[in-house]
Amino acid sequence: MTVAAGGDGEILRLEGVSVWLGGRQILDQVSFALHRGEVTGLIGSNGAGKTTLFRVILGLQPTTSGQLWLGGRTDPGSRPVIGYVPQSVPLDPDLPLRARDVVGLGLDGHRLGFPLPSAVRRQAVDEMLRAVDAEGFADARVGRLSGGEQRRVLIAHALISRPRLLLLDEPLINLDIRSEHEVVELLARIAGEQQIGVLISAHDMNPLIPVMDRIVYLAAGRAASGTTEEVVKTEVLSQLYGRQVDVVRVRDRVLVIAGSDEEPADDHEHAHAVAHPGLV
Amino acid sequence: MGFIFGAGFFQSSPVLVAIVVGGLVAVVSGVVGVFTVTRGLSFAGHALGDLGATGGSGAFLLGGNQLWGFVVIAAVAAGAIELIGIRSTRGRDLATGIVLGAGLGIAALFLYLDTSFSNTTGASVTILFGSIFAIQSSLVPVMVVLGLLSLAIVLTLYRPLLFSGLSPDMAAARGVHVRAIGIAYLAALALAVSLSAMTVGAVLSTALLIGPAACALRVTRRPGVAIVVAAAIGMLAVWLSVLLAYDSYYWPPGQRGWPVSFFVVLVIFLVYLLTQLRPRAWADRHLARTQSTSPRLADP
Repeated sequence: MTVAAGGDGEILRLEGVSVWLGGRQILDQVSFALHRGEVTGLIGSNGAGKTTLFRVILGLQPTTSGQLWLGGRTDPGSRPVIGYVPQSVPLDPDLPLRARDVVGLGLDGHRLGFPLPSAVRRQAVDEMLRAVDAEGFADARVGRLSGGEQRRVLIAHALISRPRLLLLDEPLINLDIRSEHEVVELLARIAGEQQIGVLISAHDMNPLIPVMDRIVYLAAGRAASGTTEEVVKTEVLSQLYGRQVDVVRVRDRVLVIAGSDEEPADDHEHAHAVAHPGLV
Repeated sequence: MGFIFGAGFFQSSPVLVAIVVGGLVAVVSGVVGVFTVTRGLSFAGHALGDLGATGGSGAFLLGGNQLWGFVVIAAVAAGAIELIGIRSTRGRDLATGIVLGAGLGIAALFLYLDTSFSNTTGASVTILFGSIFAIQSSLVPVMVVLGLLSLAIVLTLYRPLLFSGLSPDMAAARGVHVRAIGIAYLAALALAVSLSAMTVGAVLSTALLIGPAACALRVTRRPGVAIVVAAAIGMLAVWLSVLLAYDSYYWPPGQRGWPVSFFVVLVIFLVYLLTQLRPRAWADRHLARTQSTSPRLADP
């Protein structure tokens, strides 16, 4: 059975996906769908199962149960290209790779031999560097770029294969506020312009609130999905966590206080509340 | 010319073998070494070379040529590194260090037995520090084939090697068989290190593997250029060293040439010092360029 389950513009659908790893349940009956042109935030604290969920979507992690549709199909043989930027890509300053080399590897890095110099290839790389505002450092060593610049180069790398789905694991981690803002705006623009589905994981939903069309909230392997207004409510999250959770709105920011034994979802980002005026 | 190229330099058959085999081995080590450095495998590469001492001395004990000892032990050790399959750098370094210590202990025993039986210290020096002039001409075709094989593996896998070195997760997501690429690379590394051990010795094979690659990474930021530069530095260093060693026959204490390996290590070290002088200016130039473009990036 390979027929699409969903309706218009649906790129990805998960139905009741569970994953057990080493005797522990990492994902518990996770269901949600991603749509073309939409930005979806995958929100949860560390250890909630965000990276495992990405690996399931990428086909790198087998599921214990449940079903996954990509572009309306379940068979892994015809798996479409997915753009992926992992959480941590340590880049040594002496690595002999320019920003444009990293982007080029996204185009044909899986092929054997050397890339033949061609005008078409160079044009594709240049176009993608322009799309993420990276022309200014296209020829610099990628390991010497700032965290925000590296993020943009990796996003260009993921996009150049023209995926319909782009996965970014904690792309805002370790970024200063300006870079964080730039990356978020860039992702929202790309989702709209290229009509692709963008799934962004984050432990703090606040930087994403201005651009997020939908949210998938993960807690202890279980997920609640919908619009931010539908999901980020005291009743819904309390049910998800299985205990009393308080959703507090302070100015434009949302704080989820999930009990005394766990840190609030945006533990170290309080200072940003003042720095993000008028984003919502 | 006679002053530079000592009498009979180009007529000597050990010199010709040294130039051909030494040049090829330097090219292979330089190319493979670029990936050894970028993949963070420098210590593993060094350990494979050092462990060659165990294989070389064992082969000598059995009456075989040390080349086969080098190849077998490097292949076994590379397989062990892959099987242990530790992904964290520190864990891998620890495992490598422990295996290396054990292997060198065995090498100490083998070398002791070698010298007891043959009543000469020549075996130890040959195995540990190499003897490019003592390579039997019958081994030349074998070494050329093994060298070309190593080179072919790395050049065929050029793009997936770069990609999986950049990020194994990103490469896997794009359909690269990261594990298979890693195994093939270790095979190429084991061959390169074995050949290098034949020419400059088990202990000094690191110099040819890491040295030229480290120099290349300082002077270029393009992966393809880095490979060519590393190969060229390695080859020129070996050729220059062969010449110096030949001429050193007339140097003090006289009537005995200095070891080639000494010159190889010295030349590469001097080149590395030279490359340390330049890149500062390049880095500053890049900085100035990014700063000039950054105001545009800040626009909404």
